[in-house]
Amino acid sequence: MAGVLARVIQRTKPQLGIIGPLVSIGNSNVAVVRFQSADAAPQGKQCGAPLSDCDRIFTNLYGRHDWRLKAAMARGDWYMTKEILLKGNAWIINELKVSGLRGRGGAGFPTGMKWSFMQKPSDGRPKYLVVNADEGEPGTCKDREIMRHDPHKLVEGCLIAGRAIGAIAAYIYIRGEFYNEASNLQVAIAEAYQAGLIGKNACGSGYDFDVFVHRGAGAYICGEETALIESIEGKQGKPRLKPPFPADIGLFGCPTTVNNVETISVAPTICRRGGAWFASFGRLRNQGTKLYNISGHVNTPCTVEEEMSIPLKELIERHAGGVIGGWDNLLAVIPGGSSTPLIPKSVCDTVLMDFDALVAANSAFGTAAIIVMDKSTDIVKAIARLIMFYKHESCGQCTPCREGVSWMNKIIYRMVDGNASPKEIDMLWEISKQIEGHTICALGDGAAWPVQGLIRHFRPELERRMAAYACVCGPSKAERLY
Amino acid sequence: MKRIQAIVQNYPEGSQTSAISMALDIVQRQIGWIPISAMHKVAELLSMPRMRVYEWATFYTMCKREYRGKYNVKICKSLPCMLRGSDFIIRAVEDATGCCAGGLSDDKMFGVDLVECQGACVNAPVIAIDDDYYEDLTVCDVYNIIEKLRCGDIPPSGPQGGRYAAEPCCGLTSLQTGPPPPGYCIQEALRQDKKGDGCN
Repeated sequence: MAGVLARVIQRTKPQLGIIGPLVSIGNSNVAVVRFQSADAAPQGKQCGAPLSDCDRIFTNLYGRHDWRLKAAMARGDWYMTKEILLKGNAWIINELKVSGLRGRGGAGFPTGMKWSFMQKPSDGRPKYLVVNADEGEPGTCKDREIMRHDPHKLVEGCLIAGRAIGAIAAYIYIRGEFYNEASNLQVAIAEAYQAGLIGKNACGSGYDFDVFVHRGAGAYICGEETALIESIEGKQGKPRLKPPFPADIGLFGCPTTVNNVETISVAPTICRRGGAWFASFGRLRNQGTKLYNISGHVNTPCTVEEEMSIPLKELIERHAGGVIGGWDNLLAVIPGGSSTPLIPKSVCDTVLMDFDALVAANSAFGTAAIIVMDKSTDIVKAIARLIMFYKHESCGQCTPCREGVSWMNKIIYRMVDGNASPKEIDMLWEISKQIEGHTICALGDGAAWPVQGLIRHFRPELERRMAAYACVCGPSKAERLY
Repeated sequence: MKRIQAIVQNYPEGSQTSAISMALDIVQRQIGWIPISAMHKVAELLSMPRMRVYEWATFYTMCKREYRGKYNVKICKSLPCMLRGSDFIIRAVEDATGCCAGGLSDDKMFGVDLVECQGACVNAPVIAIDDDYYEDLTVCDVYNIIEKLRCGDIPPSGPQGGRYAAEPCCGLTSLQTGPPPPGYCIQEALRQDKKGDGCN
């Protein structure tokens, strides 16, 4: 799921929101940007603006050009890779730290810091890099575009990341359904081997590095890093308890770093153009560019690379052709893939698309997969549909998730018809709170958050349905029981 | 068999069990599904307990433990597809193939399954037939695709509505200019190593 399945540390300091300055966006609309700061007001940029084409990293996102080695080199991939490798691991990690790149798989952990965890003196065990291409979170489809149209960016990224952490090999765990994408990637790897770019003495830098593709078999949970490692080892994808973290004991018992495809793919460009260039986009602590997937009720759903911290409204109107029926027809948005709580229209008007702004809006940035729902949506059914997904994908290892998500699924499907008691809303809230944080991995959290978002913002709608049901069919069974 | 041995080489010594996913995938491509005798053979090949292979085959949704038709039609029913009308697509597929979701058509040609997110949400609604994705579907497209498959053709995969990949369907809003040349805006530290052409 390349997913949000890494626990996001929600910052919930109860500080008051401050009113940001007036900023003009797009076609000179003036909007008041309100954000809640975690520690202090972020310095520097206040919000993102559209990128110019020469600052986009994924220049072949739409497959308008050839994806093979020759064309990729003409677009600037593999340019001076040898010099970057020869600069050494400390230089690469420093560039990544300067760039402020945060992991693009959902949790937003700073990549430079993650790689520096691998700098401990070697104890003789080899190190591995694992690339998480198990993308399966509803809404998220960014890695697919990278792997089928820009696979050389990923292969080059593996080499640079591998050099930075001192790995001997990279395993790219790609979800089984992406057969055509995996074959593109495999061809790209074969081309790179033939050209001497990876393998023994990669790029002539004296560094040996192998890249392997490992195809999964269709399990969302394998996007969680320890489940992914288990799965590569040939076991059921059930997450491990942490600690020990993968940086100590990971793949085959060796130190391992797991990164998302997008994180790895932007690394070569960051090294070439400099961390400071990448850091010039977006607000402080939310720097860089990002692939956004805009799906659902918009006129032209699309994947697009934009600056971080861009206002949600501008993103939807500029690239996705606006909400079907106009902005006023908007009901709610799920801003970061299915695991993140929804935000209602009132928040969507002003919210910025970055980690901190969405946490302040009681949601999360996740993978920046925006699912737009207009007023024709049955919002309860939509969330119920998501819970069904989590029920299906729960690995069954931890009881709160295995049982709790099934309970939530049953209750919320009754709520779709209104066949429930208003008291059950609090009960549902409590179940979701009992799941959240009481499981090994973050799938439980991911299942609990959409429900919490629904209750937080659409409680009147739930109560209205129950009243309507009671009018027609008399008190529900739950009402009579409780 | 040779391919399985080649795949085992990808993993460090003693970690041959990693090849199980590829081994079972090869089995499924050859036979169309994974019978228990094949699982036993894989267990023997990779010198692992049979139970571990059963565990794998029951855990992962892509391992088919029964015959799912010549063409396995997988309809995505997750939220983004649902918002774009996958309920109608499900009905259309059921009608066109003549079998309900989870079943197998009478002529054993089609097996229809409802699956969770296929990872092509921007191109919703999506169905996957074996390895190929059919995206941006309308009910009409579904009937056409199923009819062509029935006649023995493989219809072209990808978005059916005329767009190439995941770009906006009415004109590009980004990447309208060509990609910059190699070494564009390369940073100072690298430029010293080699005279790059850089930002002019």
